[in-house]
Amino acid sequence: MKSLGSTRRSFTPWLDKETKPYISFQNVTKKFGDFVAVDNLTLNIYEREFYSLLGPSGCGKTTLLRMLAGFEEPTSGEIFLDGVSLKGVPPHKRPVNMMFQSYALFPHMSVRDNIGFGLKQAGIAKAQITERVDAILKLVKLEEFAKRKPDQLSGGQRQRVALARSVVLRPKLLLLDEPLGALDKKLREETQFELMDLQHELGLTFMIVTHDQEEAMTMSDRIAVMDKGTVIQTGTPAEIYEAPNSRYVADFIGTVNTLEGKVKEKAAGKVKIVGKDGFTIEAATTDQFALNTDDTAWFSIRPEKIKVSRSKPDKQTNAVEGEVWDIGYLGDMTLFNVMLDSGTIMRASVLNAKRTVDDPIGYEDRIWLSFEPDAGIVLER
Amino acid sequence: MGNFFKRVTIGLPYLWLCLLFLLPFLIVLRVSFSEPVLAMPPFAPQFDLSEGWQAFTDAVSRFTLYNFQFVLEDSLYTNAYLSSLRIALISTFLTLVIGFPLAYGMSRAPMTIRPMLLMLVILPFWTSFLIRVYAWIGILKPEGLMNQFLMGAGIISTPLRIYNTEIAVYIGIVYSYLPFMVLPIYATLEKMDYSYVEAARDLGCSALGAFWKITARLALPGVLAGCFLVFIPAIGEFVIPELLGGSRTLMIGKTLWSEFFNNRDWPVASTVAIILLAILVVPIVLFQNAQARAAEAGR
Repeated sequence: MKSLGSTRRSFTPWLDKETKPYISFQNVTKKFGDFVAVDNLTLNIYEREFYSLLGPSGCGKTTLLRMLAGFEEPTSGEIFLDGVSLKGVPPHKRPVNMMFQSYALFPHMSVRDNIGFGLKQAGIAKAQITERVDAILKLVKLEEFAKRKPDQLSGGQRQRVALARSVVLRPKLLLLDEPLGALDKKLREETQFELMDLQHELGLTFMIVTHDQEEAMTMSDRIAVMDKGTVIQTGTPAEIYEAPNSRYVADFIGTVNTLEGKVKEKAAGKVKIVGKDGFTIEAATTDQFALNTDDTAWFSIRPEKIKVSRSKPDKQTNAVEGEVWDIGYLGDMTLFNVMLDSGTIMRASVLNAKRTVDDPIGYEDRIWLSFEPDAGIVLER
Repeated sequence: MGNFFKRVTIGLPYLWLCLLFLLPFLIVLRVSFSEPVLAMPPFAPQFDLSEGWQAFTDAVSRFTLYNFQFVLEDSLYTNAYLSSLRIALISTFLTLVIGFPLAYGMSRAPMTIRPMLLMLVILPFWTSFLIRVYAWIGILKPEGLMNQFLMGAGIISTPLRIYNTEIAVYIGIVYSYLPFMVLPIYATLEKMDYSYVEAARDLGCSALGAFWKITARLALPGVLAGCFLVFIPAIGEFVIPELLGGSRTLMIGKTLWSEFFNNRDWPVASTVAIILLAILVVPIVLFQNAQARAAEAGR
């Protein structure tokens, strides 16, 4: 059986009709004055899921998180956590903890007191607080820093304190607002895997807000791509990447070539599109494909799925010639920006599997780009 | 050249302090060791620099601590000190109680109207302090605006006796020094990241709990600064008790005034001033320490 992407996940509670969603947004709208931050949104998240809200700033993802934490109340609609409505429940009575983008570590308290703050509020005995704080400090590898104040820590250490403080109460749901935003690239990559391990170890449900698509792809079980207060698509990282439902999603995640054209011949499982750029595209389609002949469609294909060759491939469709406009050498791969005769620029990437190349492609060379019918996807919007 | 400029800029404030603070202080200190005489100036010994070093040491040897003994043993003065201390403490507390909510409200107001609110706090300074205190006489006196209003509205039938009492002094001090309390507290609250409060709420604090444990705690440097800025001038206040407090309100500033101008006893007046300074040095040093610690903590 064919599946999308190279990941195989056994954790797919959203496919099971019997499983009750853990968090459920039902027709939630949030307005700030005239501005609609979240627009009639319905969303289900399952227990132990690592769920990402991905979108540009101002798309409503942080508002969604703040409504779960209890800092904002929905203007209309309702949110359920484990079947219980959260309407009117104040933040301190919700079994939800949040890790803030700014970390919000209390500047007047030591690392130990910061982490122990929530436990103290819960009225837990001193000895037990010490024990639990020690355990969590060990988990985030900050044992030696227990007595420090937040301003005596590095950015990465602060991030871990904030994380420890938000998980020490063992919340049913942990909300993370751009948790890695303030870290540099290398630290961010390391921390991504640490977060995944932590989630697995503690068995928590994570809901994370990010604008970094790479971060969302690496960590999430499912991603919701948002724009202007609505969810455009939800799905596993592979679904989002390989089967986007719109140009917006395709464009938001990774790099993509989108070619506009008109539907010409339509048959079961495949369609022919005459592209604006003067070549015919033959593409595979799914059963849900609803366009008719002469409708406008967009063919969207990722750079790594395009084959680059110097000679003309032996097929009539899915091949186009162009001139090398730009070359980007990234080490592991090389990017070619190719200008078609129509003036459109297409990007293709070639994996540098060998150290040396005979006859490398150079600037202004004429080359052919070709792809298989199922390498790209036809989009209706 | 750069070094010279640096020295001048550092030196100027010191020169300023020496001329306008240290020198007058030394003169007052020296007068406090003298005896009152009927002469001009009204104290002895005098230094006559033309008679040389011997005359100077002779004069110094005639210095006396009698005035200090006198002031500290006479209950009139100790009562005035204690009364000043009490009035200053109570007024500082009242100013804090009124000033903190004001500052908090300002810091939580929409960004666009904050400059205007700040302006409103500072606005009274555009009118002379003396005139503003005089205005309070017009408001508080038995036939004044406040009583007219309250009687006109039928709330009271006989005028309230506030003018010429200690209550009027509290009103005057709280009114006059409120900006000194509001501004430093506002400054600390305004730069405080509100997500601290949200984090505390998220971790299980009620709204009130988060206010005490986070907002109030982080505003402490501003609260301390405000309290000292009110307490220190309030304890030596002369104009407000003189104009509003009447003859029964005992404050050290008034005592000092009457020693200087009514009794013409410069040595005792100087002694009263020196002892007041000694009392004030304690909170000033505490304040400096608190400031230094806050600076060290980096916020």
